[in-house]
Amino acid sequence: MEHVISLGWIDLLIMAVYIVFVLGIGWLLKRYMLTATDFLEAGRSLPAWITGLAFISANLGALEVFGMAASGAKYGIKTVHFYWIGAIPAMIFLAIFMMPFYYGSKARSAPEYLKLRFDEKTRGLNAISFAVMTVFTSGISMFALAELMRILLGWDFNFSLILSALIVLIYTYLGGLTSAIYNEVLQFFLIVIGFLPLSIIGLINVGGWEGLKEALSEVAVERGFSAGAYTASWQGMGSAATNPMGIQWFGLIMGLGFVLSFGYWCTNFLVVQRAMAAGSMRAARRTPLIGAIPKMFLPLLVILPGMIALKLLNDPESGFALLQKDGSDDFNSVIPMMLGHYFPTGLLGLGLTALMASFMSGMAGNVTAFNTVWTYDIYQSYINPNRPDKHYLRVGQFATVFGVIISIGTAYLAAQFDNIMDFIQLVFAFVNAPLFATFLLGMFWKRSTGHGAFYGLLAGIIAATVHHGLTLTAGEAIGIKGGWIHVFHQYPSEMALSFWTAIWAFVVCFIFTIIVSFSTQRTKSDNELKGLVYSMTPKYKEEGEKWYQSNIALAILVGAMAIVLSILFW
Amino acid sequence: MGVDIKLPIGLMFTILGIILTIHGFLTVANAELYKKSLGININLWVGLSMLVFGIFMLALSKKLKRPEAKK
Repeated sequence: MEHVISLGWIDLLIMAVYIVFVLGIGWLLKRYMLTATDFLEAGRSLPAWITGLAFISANLGALEVFGMAASGAKYGIKTVHFYWIGAIPAMIFLAIFMMPFYYGSKARSAPEYLKLRFDEKTRGLNAISFAVMTVFTSGISMFALAELMRILLGWDFNFSLILSALIVLIYTYLGGLTSAIYNEVLQFFLIVIGFLPLSIIGLINVGGWEGLKEALSEVAVERGFSAGAYTASWQGMGSAATNPMGIQWFGLIMGLGFVLSFGYWCTNFLVVQRAMAAGSMRAARRTPLIGAIPKMFLPLLVILPGMIALKLLNDPESGFALLQKDGSDDFNSVIPMMLGHYFPTGLLGLGLTALMASFMSGMAGNVTAFNTVWTYDIYQSYINPNRPDKHYLRVGQFATVFGVIISIGTAYLAAQFDNIMDFIQLVFAFVNAPLFATFLLGMFWKRSTGHGAFYGLLAGIIAATVHHGLTLTAGEAIGIKGGWIHVFHQYPSEMALSFWTAIWAFVVCFIFTIIVSFSTQRTKSDNELKGLVYSMTPKYKEEGEKWYQSNIALAILVGAMAIVLSILFW
Repeated sequence: MGVDIKLPIGLMFTILGIILTIHGFLTVANAELYKKSLGININLWVGLSMLVFGIFMLALSKKLKRPEAKK
């Protein structure tokens, strides 16, 4: 079988060492898994630096790495908006304002918070859609990795798929959430050390940051943009037509910076679960703040290689090319092709191991979030309540196996039908877009009711669907890219369409929740809302803490760092 | 949990660091291999960095264990 990169035995040795350690961590933790809480919530005992790094690592899956590098190659430095606007503010908000309710309510999952705050049906809607989403997401990323290994290294698709699934299964089955989190920390360091040399060598090759800026300004002018379109993060954002992303500043800040980013970071149990595993309220609130620090520098690891690739692609002498898909460049192959371009045997093995690590951290994150929601929010709530703890521990372990098996199934589904996966991701986007409005009103407005939350959420999902049906990405065929009801409006880019879909979903959910709440009776008394709603909860204060040790001080520092970075690359 | 994660992380990076460093030393004269990385013996550099990081993690995990043992 023909393939692009050949590995030496030393590369395989490095991969093998990594696999031994990942499995070893699971094995070491096995004897501590005595209760369902140990297995599904990591015993709520971990220090903040561990949960903080896991918080970022769980999000740093293969799809994120491929996707952000691809965006770097397509849109240049504008991709940093996904970090400095699209992550840091939401992470600060989660830490300071929302964590007290997630952690303080003693809810074991995000859907369970909705049950405590609102009612059973709101929880059910969230739990079921989330459970389905996690197994599909891990299936899609498994497919992406196995497909890549096949094209790049000539490995058998089934072999890579089963091998990677089996490794994740073993270590999450043995050590539960703790094992997933510990491995995420290990994977985080590996990803940094494996990818950083790529950015460094790439930069040396293109003549440093100044050299890259110069080269990309030529590309920008050639494509009809202003010189800094690819290297200045805010240049040309005044109008959708003057920047490669095809979106203007308002859509960017509202759609990405507010709705999508807060919806993801503040309500997605995949990341929130990491913070909830912390050993104390202080550590739980500190988790997203600690995660935010490496997060804001990740563009150096994932976007910069994309930008360097953009330069190389426009330089016929570089000899660099991407994989081809349907006759055009497949931008998702930026990172692996760059690894192959710059890394000699030895480091190449390390780079590919880092890629595997990023894939596994993403998949394990999904699997551990799935088994918790399945066990607590679906099984214990609807199928078989009131059983001893041991029983739920077994169910959690079984759910891990079950979740991985379904993921393998969805990976094969993805291999069969490309469009089905696009379709499913679209449906998830509809389901998730309004969610932040529900949590926001739940936590900060005590008058919001169960009916209000449930019907507001439904209205938001419908609004997202209808908006997608009525608008289209310019130049695309009607269907998965929108316009399947009637084309009323055309957006200049797919990103603009998805941002505006989210904005509409959020606004409709917000308004509907308020209207329905006012027209229905409150079902929870003030006393029942203690610890669940802002105005009913005593202010949280850490004993004997100096001002500079407080989470607020850290939050301000993190925010200031993000602002400084934004200004530096303005 | 009774497992100090710094220990496995430190061990893994130390081992990987040693592998890459030795590989880098053995291939010092191999200009062909390092043509890709602009003539830089990147295996050696990254290997040494990993070794330093690994030993640092191991030292941290030891440091934290001592006061605990006193209790």
